[in-house]
Amino acid sequence: MKTLHDTWLIYRRSMVLAFRQPIWIILGLIQPILYLVLFGPLLERATQASGAEGSAFNWFVPGLLVQTALFGAAFVGFALIAELRYGVVERMRVTPMSRFAMLFGRSLRDVTILVAQAALMIVMAIPFGIRIDPVGAAVTLGLLALLGLFIAPLSYTAGLVLKSEDALAPLVQGIALPVLLLSGILLPMALAPDWLRTIASFNPLSHAVDAARALFNGQWADPEILLGVGMTAVLAVVALSLASRAFGRANA
Amino acid sequence: MAQPTRTPSRMIETRDLRRTFKTRNGSVDAVQGVDLRIGAGEIFGFLGPNGAGKTTTLRMLATLIAPTAGEATVAGADLRREPHLVRQRIGYVPQGGSTDPAETGRGELVIQGRLYGMSKSDASARAAEVLAALDLEAAADRGTGTYSGGMRRRLDVGLGIVHRPQVLFLDEPTTGLDPQARARMWDEIRALRERGTTVFMTTHYLEEADALADRLAIIDQGRIVAEGTSDELKRAVAGDVVTIGVNGAGALVLDLMQDLSFVREASHDHEGGLVRLYVDRGELAVPHLLRLLDGAGYAPTSITLHKPSLDDVFLRQTGRSLREEPAA
Repeated sequence: MKTLHDTWLIYRRSMVLAFRQPIWIILGLIQPILYLVLFGPLLERATQASGAEGSAFNWFVPGLLVQTALFGAAFVGFALIAELRYGVVERMRVTPMSRFAMLFGRSLRDVTILVAQAALMIVMAIPFGIRIDPVGAAVTLGLLALLGLFIAPLSYTAGLVLKSEDALAPLVQGIALPVLLLSGILLPMALAPDWLRTIASFNPLSHAVDAARALFNGQWADPEILLGVGMTAVLAVVALSLASRAFGRANA
Repeated sequence: MAQPTRTPSRMIETRDLRRTFKTRNGSVDAVQGVDLRIGAGEIFGFLGPNGAGKTTTLRMLATLIAPTAGEATVAGADLRREPHLVRQRIGYVPQGGSTDPAETGRGELVIQGRLYGMSKSDASARAAEVLAALDLEAAADRGTGTYSGGMRRRLDVGLGIVHRPQVLFLDEPTTGLDPQARARMWDEIRALRERGTTVFMTTHYLEEADALADRLAIIDQGRIVAEGTSDELKRAVAGDVVTIGVNGAGALVLDLMQDLSFVREASHDHEGGLVRLYVDRGELAVPHLLRLLDGAGYAPTSITLHKPSLDDVFLRQTGRSLREEPAA
């Protein structure tokens, strides 16, 4: 009860503060829109040339959504480092508030923004000729929320431990780029040689991308849906409990 | 919030409190066995140079870091076993500020109250009260990023007292403030004591400890080297210093005075022109000394009474001056 109450308080505060500086939300949107407009048509021509069927956007947009979630959530640790520097986190640690709420309230804010960005992108993809299974798209938003709850807590944990942007930036970049390349977001992993495909199969994001694609096309029988959603959910639980402990631990 | 509040006469009590930090180059014993007894309604000053262990001790008592060893009771709750109760009963004002520049002063106070379990309306009413008490009403609905240093520091204190804590921890409350804002902050701290709040504050300013603290402890290299009221500590150094100009009659005057009961130490300089006496209470000694000189037919050319400062106390205990701040 108290945890829920505190989570709500932190969620609302974080939302209000995020919208007082909407530049970050807007920047988070601009990048995927650039991909949609400047890279999508290219991809469409390429797939047409190769004789594949269906809209390239049906293949491309689900991956783009996962990418937005990855980068949106991976960078939330930077905002936390600013809050650490302001002394806000320490001030709240001395109150009897729930430690889990400190993490969960912020993570829910990140998820809200991320899901709203994704919904907007789906709508914007419609003029490009994307055909969506509406239920599948809705479940995809749920999958993105789980992805956010997996990645944001890890970014927060890294921020709490490193306490410095200079240390966090190379870590985030160093992890996010290979994870992106091994996810099949930009080009299908089917094109990859065996060794690369084997490595990619260990990347949870690659399964999330496969799940999102199946969902968009309404291929409900595809086992990747259960695998992608299930794996992401488990990882979200693990990341949340890990990060919650980091928030509770004395920062010696 | 609605805790049954015992009001113990001892608000803070520590027994052999220790903290060791592990670093890459081994371990650092930041706090090496601190024993403190702080009564209800006191302003207790914790004085020491940078790196002496002040902030580490305070952070332990505020539940932010766990002690490596030792016991402590804060506001009637056991620090190790009941940190949750300690948190409900204390307020804490960290050294480097505690507010988000994008949030308003009122917004910060309201959420702080709600995190302590106040209802929405109670938190709003209390926020208005605190804003008025700290003279921040005009800026209440502006982002704290627009505040002056003194205003932001007052808001920090306001955040520490929203829930009417029994004990307030202040870490270097006036560092970085201009003299006017500092005087203002001192007034606020005294006002807190008048309302019955126990204040535990760290400082590395001698004047601040001297002016504000009812009692104080001096900490150096993780150990408490002196504890008491400011006057007690200074008196323990060597009493007050009386210097008498006697125009070459030093040896004779010294003979006259060195066996007096209230004189602890006495000496004269090379030329015999100045006699220096360390006495228990200078303000009582001076008239007595004047009468004695008069009766013996000596006319002193000058007489000065010098009160030892807290720096003399620190100097005596550690061999170093507090004013020589080591490079941070």
